[in-house]
Amino acid sequence: MRQTFVDTMTDLLAEDPRTALVLADISAAAFAPAAARHPERVLNVGIREQLMMGVAGGLALTGLRPVVHSYAPFLVERAYEQIKLDLDHQAATAVLVSVGASYDRAAAGRTHLSPADVSLIDTLHGWAVHVPGHPGEVSALLRDAVAGDGSAYLRLSILHNDRPHGTDGALTVVRDAGPGAPLLVAVGPVLDAALDAVADLGVTVAYTNRPRPFDTAGLRELAGTEVILVEPYLAGTSSRVVSDALADRPHRLLALGVGHADLRRYGSAEDHTR
Amino acid sequence: MTMTTANTPRPTGGATPPGPAPALPTVPGPPAVPGPVAGPLERLRAGREFGANVYSTIDVLWVLYDRILRITPETTDDPDRDRFLLSKGHAVAGYYAVLAAKGFIPPDWLDDQGGPDSRLGDHPDRTLVPGVEIGSGSLGHGLGLGVGTALGLRAQGLLTPRVYVLLGDAELDEGSNHEAIAYAGATGLASLTAVVVDNHSATHGWPGGAATRFTANGWTAATVDGRDHDALHHALTGHDNHRPHVVVAVVGGE
Repeated sequence: MRQTFVDTMTDLLAEDPRTALVLADISAAAFAPAAARHPERVLNVGIREQLMMGVAGGLALTGLRPVVHSYAPFLVERAYEQIKLDLDHQAATAVLVSVGASYDRAAAGRTHLSPADVSLIDTLHGWAVHVPGHPGEVSALLRDAVAGDGSAYLRLSILHNDRPHGTDGALTVVRDAGPGAPLLVAVGPVLDAALDAVADLGVTVAYTNRPRPFDTAGLRELAGTEVILVEPYLAGTSSRVVSDALADRPHRLLALGVGHADLRRYGSAEDHTR
Repeated sequence: MTMTTANTPRPTGGATPPGPAPALPTVPGPPAVPGPVAGPLERLRAGREFGANVYSTIDVLWVLYDRILRITPETTDDPDRDRFLLSKGHAVAGYYAVLAAKGFIPPDWLDDQGGPDSRLGDHPDRTLVPGVEIGSGSLGHGLGLGVGTALGLRAQGLLTPRVYVLLGDAELDEGSNHEAIAYAGATGLASLTAVVVDNHSATHGWPGGAATRFTANGWTAATVDGRDHDALHHALTGHDNHRPHVVVAVVGGE
């Protein structure tokens, strides 16, 4: 996914003089060719995440369309106040693109894990969140986000499904167990694991790579009285959204995802997916 | 973090503020302010008592708007305008008074500052106040936004505008400023001027002077009497167009 982002972003910088890329050393080498071609729109501020987001806000105030990129914990958690104030409070917008989703870098330990990123973005207003489940979904999501005028968070992962799925944000039925069956909603790269888990069960499975804004209309259409959420970030991140969408309907909700505890275990991302 | 606002609460007991404010019993009285600002400031004050940091910032604000900044009420959306970013958002009383004196905001907006229907909060909001470039209040945000603004203007070939960011010496405690100072110096961001109003309020001080934190990173610097309008004007036009520039405006601790 990261390479697809680099390739698409490099193209966007060439295509649209309104685009700018702000980096804090992460991926700077991958963007060196783009920086050489557009030195005034590819800006690596060094290991300075507060400045990275402040610069994005300033760029946006002059009319540019900034894309800001780093590791998820540094992009979203370390610079959270700058996202809140240097973007949102200024009525400025940007596209944030992270790598290192949740436990992608499990061996690096807690400092490089960021399962809370989508929850933090959820504290803000009006953000779109894109969680591609396959490298083949990344380019269209990035292009759409940059072409828009709102703020968006694009969350890239080393984990992915076997093949790409629809990218328009609507819940897409991947497996139909018929009327009245429990509905499982899988977000992004956890789809294949979710499908495996319910392979022998009468469960309808729907997919989305755009949890915000959540396709609540689609949810109401597909859901009966039992919903299972499977998300690649903190468990329960979308519970509020689902509960609000089904407020008028007695229902049960099981929300699966990443736990809150600092596991203090290493290994690979695959070791932590279960 | 934030600093407590300079404004004491507006006296309660009436939607309409009183006319001429009663003389305050404080001795000595508030420092003199530039003539055109006095009326708007008194109207905004409406009987409240302003702290020293309101008065410490008015002179440099006035010199900026009267003699330096290429911006008028008619050019607040002109891409080619100079940008003034008030980073120490609590210095808002003098800011609003200067904006009113220069015609950016209607004088009657001053009468209900901080009220539920007012556009003028205890910290400024760029979406509510014409001429205000950034919403500020939490310290340490203006310089990063100013760096981004300068970069954005340059990337679009807008080489005439200059970006001025006003901070306080205590505000420099925030580490985010030092990210911006180091980067702007290292990259020679020549269209940027930081103005540090130094009223000696930083808890642990800046041994060697606030300017040294900038010059160590390749900025040019001028440290002047923050009440001396001619000295401020000279310092505020002292950039060399190759490096970012800082003006430290030293004011008394009154």
